[in-house]
Order: sequence, then C-alpha cells, then structure tokens
Amino acid sequence: MSLNIEQLEKEFQDKIDRGENIEPKDWMPEKYRKTHIRQISQHAHSEIIGMLPEGNWITRAPSLRRKVALLAKVQDEAGHGLYLYSAAETLGISRDELFDQLLTGKAKYSSIFNYPTLSWADIGAIGWLVDGAAIINQVMLTRTSYGPYARAMVRICKEESFHQRQGYEIMLTLSNGTEAQKQMAQDSLNRWWWPSLMMFGPPDEVSTHTEQSMKWKIKRKTNDELRQQFVDITVPQAEILGLTVPDPDLKWNEERAHYDFGEINWDEFWQVIKGYGPCNKERMTTRRKSWDEGEWVRDAAVAHAEKKAARRAELKKAV
Amino acid sequence: MKKEWPIWEVFIRSKNGLEHRHVGSLHAADETMAIENARDVYTRRQEGVSIWVVESKHITASNPDNNGEMFEPAKDKAYRHPTFYDLPVELKHM
Ligand SMILES: [Fe+2]
Ligand SMILES: [Fe+2]
Repeated sequence: MSLNIEQLEKEFQDKIDRGENIEPKDWMPEKYRKTHIRQISQHAHSEIIGMLPEGNWITRAPSLRRKVALLAKVQDEAGHGLYLYSAAETLGISRDELFDQLLTGKAKYSSIFNYPTLSWADIGAIGWLVDGAAIINQVMLTRTSYGPYARAMVRICKEESFHQRQGYEIMLTLSNGTEAQKQMAQDSLNRWWWPSLMMFGPPDEVSTHTEQSMKWKIKRKTNDELRQQFVDITVPQAEILGLTVPDPDLKWNEERAHYDFGEINWDEFWQVIKGYGPCNKERMTTRRKSWDEGEWVRDAAVAHAEKKAARRAELKKAV
Repeated sequence: MKKEWPIWEVFIRSKNGLEHRHVGSLHAADETMAIENARDVYTRRQEGVSIWVVESKHITASNPDNNGEMFEPAKDKAYRHPTFYDLPVELKHM
C-alpha cells in the first residue's frame, strides 16, 4: 500500500497549490526539508549575528530613552533567533547542529551584518533600512507554506514595526539637528543604502533557488520584486528626512509607476558573502567566543537539573 | 560538546477566561528554567498571565498518515449539525 515517490510528490504539490500549509509530521520531499533547514537557519543566524553591530552602541546611546529602546530591540532580535531555531528544529535538526553550522562557517547569515556601525546614526539607519528591508521579506514569509516558519514570521512581524520606527526617529532627530548631526545621518545613509538593497539577494536572473521556492510557496515574490518594493517605499521616507539617497540614477519612472535605480555592485555582495566583508572575522570570533565561554554555564545547568531530579526520585522512594 | 538542554513546548493563557495556547518551543535545563525562558521569549509584551511548559518528548501526537481513518468518519455525519434538520421558518429561538 506504500505510495510511490511520484505520487507522494504530486499529492504534496497539490496540497501546496490548494493553499494548505505543511506541518512538521506531514510527508515532504527531502529537498523541501533541506531547503527549509537551510533557509530558516540562515534567517535565525542573521537575527543572532544581527545583535552584534547594534549591541556595539548600547552603552553609548545618547539618552536613557534611546538606550532602553535599543536594548529592547536587540533583545527582540534574540527572541527572533530563538523562534526561528525552534522552527528549524521541527524539521529534524538539533540546536547544537545548527549552532555548529554557524560557528564552523558552513551556514551563512545575512551579509548586511558584516558592515561596521561607525556612528550613532548607524543605529538609526539600521532600524530604518535594515529592519525595513527585513520587514518586507518577512511580511511575505508570513504566508510561506511551512506552518512553523509562517507562525514564527507572524510573531516576528508584530515586533518588527517598533524596530523600524525607533530607527527612523533617530534619523529624524539627527536630520533636524545641527549641521554636523545632519551630516552624520547622511553619511550613515550613504553607507547603508546599497548593502540594504543587497539584502534581497542576487538578481532574479542569477538566483538559483527562486523557481523552486516559488513553486513550493516558500517565497511568494522574487528578489527583484521585493527590492523594488523596498525602494518605492523608502525613497519618500528619505525625502521626509531631507536626506539624499546615494544613487545618481534614482528616478521616478512614470510609465512603470516605480523608481528606477542604479546598478548594484554585486562583486561587493559576493565578496562579503564569501567572508571578505569588513567585519566577517570579527562577527564570527565574537560569536565563537561567547559560545565557548558559555559552555561551563550550560553544563552546570544540566548538572544541577540532574542532581535535582535524582534528589526528587530519592524522596519519592523514601515516602 | 556536552549534553543539549531538552526541548520544551510552551503554552500561554493570554488572559483569564481563555485557554492556554501553544506558542512555540524552547530549550531549558529544567522546568524552572523553562518557565523563566518562556517568560523572556514569549511574553515580552504582556502576551500572557499564565504559562505551561511540558517537555516535548512527553507529547504523543496522532500520525498525519492516518488522517483518513482518524478524521474522515466525521465528514458524512451532517446530522450532528443543527442545519441538518428541516424546520419551519416561523419557528423562533431554536
Ligand atoms: Fe528581527
Ligand atoms: Fe528587527
């Protein structure tokens, strides 16, 4: 009575075409499982590594108001990482394996987090642009076909909007401040604009995963569609700030009803992905250090739990 | 690498009067830590007034491969629903 693989695959695809979600114990093609482990874990790693560039400014936030907001945001990102690791684990990979893939460099994370945060304005630009770009991707993913991933995304999206607003407020304050502050905001936009556009991944014509991902409803829009959406939303926001988007080719196209924008430097993108970005080494070193230095704490917690359980068992026997 | 902390499933009651709902999972060394972690991970914005945690390995789930025999028998039992019964339209409050 065992169905052959083609039948199973067809039923699986029909289910997705009908708009049904796939849940952990459902049958799924091995490639669907693997693709999800890769994508969800990459996403989780990005949330965790993403805490580092912002964490860099927590102690130097210019006011208590800014400091509590930044702390809360970075804590949220830790939460996002945890939701996503849990979602990945439903596919039969352990948390330790996931960490190991990150720490050995086998797994990737978003290349944006390999850029340095040089000024306070960068915290504004990250919230506005990086979280802004992430939101566009994540809103799409709330309707992704794999149930646990979609549910994690719903939770994440609810939390993201404060991230972007706190970032934009920082930019707004600086833009309305002294000439030096405005300059700082502009400089920050100059440095973060292009890497933010790269966050949507390589252009559609070279993106190897897009077609299958669309068929399985992992993605529902292509990289280029999402990127265009981001540009269209963000350019007017830059205008409100009175800042200039660093792209001489940026122009509203009446006919397309979209902004045209300049060529992205894909060589830079691939360099950063391959590990040659400004902060790749630093990020990985920091992450490895905290994992290694936390080992005794993890072990002590296990030892304590085991001792407590043993004592409880003994008490029960005595009764 | 030593032992991994076990996985716990987390259930949260968002306010009294509502049931606990599954919200996700997390790792913790024991039940006390599981509750504390659940508080930090799943209720940072007052999402709950009560938390249940249960170690994932204690959950028994039905097998989706058997969904046919499990759930389809209920499909053709329309008489379990009020709309199955033909009653006059003048009839009120029933
Ligand atoms: Fe996030
Ligand atoms: Fe965020």
